[in-house]
Amino acid sequence: MSNIGNQKGAALAPDAEAPGAASPRGKAPHPLRAALGGGGNAAILKRVAIIGGALVIAIAVALLKSGSGLVVWQSVVTGLLMGGLYGLIAMGLTLIFGVLDIVNFAHGALLAVAMFIAFGVVQGTGLHPYLTLLVAVPALFLIGGVVHRGLLSGTGGGSLENQLLITLGLSLLLENGLLMFFGAEPKTVTLPGDFQFGLFGAVVTGARLYAFVGALLLGALLFWLLRRTRFGTAIRAVAANGPGAELVGINVRRIHTLTFAIGTACAGAAAVLAAPLITVTPTLGEQFNITAFVVVVLGGMGNVGGALVGGLLIGLVEQLTTIYMDGQSSLLGVFVVFVVVLFLRPQGLFGRRA
Amino acid sequence: MTGITIAGGTGPAGRGGTGRATKAPPLRPQNRQLAILLVLLLVAIPLPLILPSAQGAVAVRILIFLLMAVGWNIMSGFGGMFSFGHAAYFGLGAYTSAYLLVEHGVSPWIGMLAGMAVAAGVAVVIGYFAFRYKLQGAYFALATFAFAEMLRLIVTSTEFTNKAVGFSVPLIQGSSLWKIQFAADSPAYFWIALALAGLAGAASILFLHSRSGRYVTAIRDDELAAASLGTPVMRHKLMTVALSAAITAVAGAFYTQYYLFVNPDLAFGSSVSIQAIATVVIGGIGTVWGPVVGAIIVGSLSDVTATLLRTPPDFLNFLQGRSGLDVALYAILLILIVRLLPKGIVGTAMARWRR
Repeated sequence: MSNIGNQKGAALAPDAEAPGAASPRGKAPHPLRAALGGGGNAAILKRVAIIGGALVIAIAVALLKSGSGLVVWQSVVTGLLMGGLYGLIAMGLTLIFGVLDIVNFAHGALLAVAMFIAFGVVQGTGLHPYLTLLVAVPALFLIGGVVHRGLLSGTGGGSLENQLLITLGLSLLLENGLLMFFGAEPKTVTLPGDFQFGLFGAVVTGARLYAFVGALLLGALLFWLLRRTRFGTAIRAVAANGPGAELVGINVRRIHTLTFAIGTACAGAAAVLAAPLITVTPTLGEQFNITAFVVVVLGGMGNVGGALVGGLLIGLVEQLTTIYMDGQSSLLGVFVVFVVVLFLRPQGLFGRRA
Repeated sequence: MTGITIAGGTGPAGRGGTGRATKAPPLRPQNRQLAILLVLLLVAIPLPLILPSAQGAVAVRILIFLLMAVGWNIMSGFGGMFSFGHAAYFGLGAYTSAYLLVEHGVSPWIGMLAGMAVAAGVAVVIGYFAFRYKLQGAYFALATFAFAEMLRLIVTSTEFTNKAVGFSVPLIQGSSLWKIQFAADSPAYFWIALALAGLAGAASILFLHSRSGRYVTAIRDDELAAASLGTPVMRHKLMTVALSAAITAVAGAFYTQYYLFVNPDLAFGSSVSIQAIATVVIGGIGTVWGPVVGAIIVGSLSDVTATLLRTPPDFLNFLQGRSGLDVALYAILLILIVRLLPKGIVGTAMARWRR
């Protein structure tokens, strides 16, 4: 899975996998190595060790600061559970970046659209919230395809700045469209039969657990799709070398549209899973968008496996921030990590410097 | 910066006069642009006396947009450094002047200068790190965005800046130029904003044709080539960023004085950055007059939609009392412009003109 490398971003997403990208199924490298994005095993182990060490220190400091093991444990559990969702959202974003080289600023707004679809369906038909996956995911898949065909492909969507501006305009349009149709009052989606249980002292709600497990399952599905199917092989081939893929008979434009659609469908799935956990407002996409960008950069742009790990890390960072800094928004810590990573490791935690 | 603009403002006007009288060779582009700016300013001066007072507020808003757009255009249009976080500088200008005024009774004019200095300083620091670590394209945009959001979060939760409440400008009896406070519908606001916008426009024109401006456009077009010819890349980029931030800070400081109120979201929210970007992109990125055209369009859009919704046509009835239409419209405009006229209105018109 790892790097959906691309020739332009090669410096940032090294193509350790590129030669294997077009290879027939079954030749995929070791999954763990693949998940962490190329590089030698020793280097990967070292990096994992560094990150793990940093985490241990961060948690230890949090313990000292709060003085209560239970508080920290609760944060770690909540952070990881939320992190799984961030990972799923970011996977879609990073997939789009890796294959199409588009920085999709509308990802969060599309997520908000999916949440309103879920809300509307639950409200209108009284369906179980998770069953709205069957509506929201295909709807977002379609929207994604239409957006790509209509706005982003062809000549007008050329440069990076233009694509950025188009997706930015789209996010404004979607957000304000939702505001116009649904109004600004926050809405809630309640999960019937939600429960709580204790996990070594930490309180976990069923909705959170389901969201986490669902995100992991969907992530695994995406993993399988990319690694084990012909279609996934074609996607990776296009990512590694567009003109080359075209030469061997892959319809690149079609793959681009489908990839964009799959990416937004990820946002749709994540939206349904997250809907019972938060209040639904038209502008909620913005915050998820920011977080997803941080996760994407952390995991390495275009690195789907990295996105999941990055999501878990950011979930933790968010929770630990609230322990470290009283009264500060949890996003502040996320941004600090973001800026440090942007400056020091723009290729992501698991990428190699070219 | 003010020094430069004053010196430049008088020079070209004189030259423009002599140039026309003697039918001398055509004006240098710099002087021609300054002459056009002067004419525009002269045309705009009587506007508040002609327009109904409700339109006066729109005109002032257009000028605030114009200031922001001119600031953003210098960095991202001329300099090619696509900033996604100009809210940082707008907010620093707004907060510095509001803080000095509310807590220490300092005149907003001095607060404005202080805000410019603070914004320029912060911009140089952010810019230094971004250029030092060679952030480009999406990464640069994301980094600038992150800094603006960090400032917003810090301001929102700091006692020193009144947390989420922000600052309200204390009202004074009567009007005062020194405190920039007049009756709500006074044309003085418009004239002050016009003067500031004129200075900013002149600064941007002079900058574009200055040594630094030429260097930075060369760097934008090909950084490697420019650097290999000995251009001090870092210094000129930082100067560009500082000037851009300072002008944006003026917009923020004036905004506070005009609306008498500022809070973290109004000052540092991402919508501020987006407004600056959308204005320039619609008008024409990297052109001198693009920000003017863009500001007129984007600035008047919310008023147009407000009048539209006051007496909505039948099919828009459901929108009554809902917000969001103006932003949705300029989002559509932004998408259409990028798709159909990637050079913006002014850029496309100029390309046609030359052909």
